[in-house]
Amino acid sequence: MTTRTKAKPAASQPAAPRMMTGAQIVVEALREQGVSVMFGYPGGAVLPIYDALYGQDAIRHILVRHEQGAGHAAEGYARSTGQCGVALVTSGPGATNMVTPITDALMDSIPMVVITGQVPTHLIGTDAFQECDTTGITRSCAKHNYLVTDVNQLARIMHEAFYVATAGRPGPVVIDIPKDIQFATGQYVGKAGITKPTYVPQRTPKAEAIKAAADLMTRASRPIFYTGGGVINSGPRAAEKLRELQALTGFPVTSTLMGLGAFPASHPDWLGMLGMHGSFEANNAMHDCDLMICVGARFDDRVTGRIDAFSPDSKKIHIDIDASSINKIVRVDVPVVADCAEALDALITEIKALKRKMPDLTAWHSQIDGWRARRCFAYKNSSDVIKPQYAVERLYGLTKDRKTYITTEVGQHQMWAAQFYHFEEPNRWMTSGGLGTMGYGLPAAVGVQAAHPDALVIDIAGEASIQMMMQELSTAVQHKLPVKVFILNNEWMGMVRQWQELLHGERYSHSYSESLPDFVMLAKALGGHGIRCDKPDELDAKIQEMIDHPGPVLFDCRVERAENCLPMIPSGSAHNQMILGEITGNEIGEAGRKLV
Amino acid sequence: MSDASMKPGAGPKSAYFLSHSDEAVERRTLAVLVDNEPGVLARVVGLFSGRGYNIDSLTVAEVDASQHRSRITIVTQGTPHILEQIEAQLLRIVPVAEVIDITNSKSGIERELALVKVAGTGEKRVEALRIAEIFRARVIDTTNESFIFETTGASEKLTQFIDLMRPLGLVEVSRTGVLSIQRGKEKG
Ligand SMILES: Cc1ncc(C[n+]2csc(CCOP(=O)(O)OP(=O)(O)O)c2C)c(N)n1
Ligand SMILES: [Mg+2]
Repeated sequence: MTTRTKAKPAASQPAAPRMMTGAQIVVEALREQGVSVMFGYPGGAVLPIYDALYGQDAIRHILVRHEQGAGHAAEGYARSTGQCGVALVTSGPGATNMVTPITDALMDSIPMVVITGQVPTHLIGTDAFQECDTTGITRSCAKHNYLVTDVNQLARIMHEAFYVATAGRPGPVVIDIPKDIQFATGQYVGKAGITKPTYVPQRTPKAEAIKAAADLMTRASRPIFYTGGGVINSGPRAAEKLRELQALTGFPVTSTLMGLGAFPASHPDWLGMLGMHGSFEANNAMHDCDLMICVGARFDDRVTGRIDAFSPDSKKIHIDIDASSINKIVRVDVPVVADCAEALDALITEIKALKRKMPDLTAWHSQIDGWRARRCFAYKNSSDVIKPQYAVERLYGLTKDRKTYITTEVGQHQMWAAQFYHFEEPNRWMTSGGLGTMGYGLPAAVGVQAAHPDALVIDIAGEASIQMMMQELSTAVQHKLPVKVFILNNEWMGMVRQWQELLHGERYSHSYSESLPDFVMLAKALGGHGIRCDKPDELDAKIQEMIDHPGPVLFDCRVERAENCLPMIPSGSAHNQMILGEITGNEIGEAGRKLV
Repeated sequence: MSDASMKPGAGPKSAYFLSHSDEAVERRTLAVLVDNEPGVLARVVGLFSGRGYNIDSLTVAEVDASQHRSRITIVTQGTPHILEQIEAQLLRIVPVAEVIDITNSKSGIERELALVKVAGTGEKRVEALRIAEIFRARVIDTTNESFIFETTGASEKLTQFIDLMRPLGLVEVSRTGVLSIQRGKEKG
């Protein structure tokens, strides 16, 4: 077959039109899309939309302190609810400040609609005040974008944007609306029937692909599920189906950073996260398996390690709704283009229908138990200084029985959070995986808390990362969003320091912050509560104080400064070449040094 | 894209790592049918530059005004793996409706048009005209010392013609890039 055609358009039946201003169309479309919370920051080019928001109470607007914060908050909202996040910002600097969260959402497949103001139509292209080419700038970092030039197209574009952001592999969509369009009067059309005929993702799997996959699954002797963020994005049903299929097969399960929570960490067949800082058992099982069932993951370099030594003896099944993810990095044997839930459901039906005796996995499980026995996350605890691992362990111990949502910044603390905080459910874990954006965690927590007012929302942070978006604590105070920021303060950009130790002969170039804010005073200055802890035996009581405090908290947890995040697969190494104990400085070869 | 159209790995061991150094680079003509909306060409071109793919030639024009359809014909090069990625990535672009592999389609037709200016007198001028006749190139402008030839055909034929004109006083060339269509009565 040489022609690849997308599905044909569905007939659209727009509802009877109503006349209103462009600004009112925006608000009405948001309301009709079921948006109850949005995040934004005003400016000249969006004042008409802010005026339309004034005095209405269908949509709660959370005023951030920096547009990047609005973007990450919308991401946190989306990831914790499964719904589309919405951000509203002005033209020029408002739009450019959104570029990082838009890219972040694209990399992690987060559904988000970003509305940007633009200078009036007649000024576009004149270098007008606060003009920038928003659609040009965001073309490669958004899933799709629009410049609205006709108020009568605005309602359709708004609805289409929500469709595009959420359909198939989710992602960010930008709608750039010139100010004159916001003032102009036009027809409102409802969302009914509005789709995008050229964009109709294939949701149900091909029967022959499912047959081939089920056949392999009923014959494998060393199988493994390698699951990713796609299971979360697909919705709670995908996580249910994963659990059901696992129960049917008894296969062990590992997951990427983005997929944590899709499978319960308390399950005996859970191997922990895989990849660069994943578990010894997960990585070795990936390396030695004879069948890999990749569900909604994308063979990222942080996961595969050295690609020509990646799982050399396995057959591979890859389920993904984005066909371009399949065969991009690793060639697979059975490609399944479909929504994860649909594909998992079809596999369950097919395997049941086969009525085959499932293979005996005893030998495989005992091999895995051997790897587990290495206790790769073991660390030497101390009674004088708080080990970062211990801090996350205690945080987990004291919060796991509540409705808790965890966000993170980027660095060692993020990996310790992934290793030592355990998730039983999807949508409870928000982290910047693909882009690795320091500054993500606090605004994301603001977004999560706005969606779940009664939940305990904790940003596990580093002292360097938190300074990138710390002003958003003020947002949390204003909107009574009692987020907790748990800073693993090692005074270092720890992950950078670790790489310098590993790769650059311990020459610690610019990775130490000579001056750090007094986080307790900073919390007070921003209107929150500050807690400091540097003694292991005071940790529990202080974490409890944080949990019990009704408002936002900055917790300055002083931890061991030189701790390395292990185990680790050094760049350019294979899954079965993990560093477990200590870093010696000779782990990485010449080729690996050039990698990131 | 249908999963059935993807080439699965074969054989007992399936470690088909995409280490592409051993794969030969191929040339391919792709027809990309798109919704003719603002920025769509920039999206397609941006995909190629952003992901480091090659563009040898590119043509674009609206082909169905009532349906707002444009046809972009792209000639690109890459290993089979890269070419598979290019098709898949093109289909991710929201306004892209269809991608047709013209090179591997039995009914694919490719044509290009070139305008070729040749200046010379005497024997060279006569020879230029003679070769133009062989290639069925039309003279669309003439002065005492120059011709402009218009020639259409497969790209290789145009290149051949241009190469032959080089010693005869070739001044400049303008080429459309490759256009594509499918044989037979069906559309697209
Ligand atoms: C915006 C941004 N800039 C730079 C980096 C590179 N980077 C990755 S981790 C890191 C250090 C993070 O330090 P900290 O937040 O203190 O976390 P730690 O590793 O110490 O736990 C840096 C600079 C990044 N990921 N994001
Ligand atoms: Mg640090």
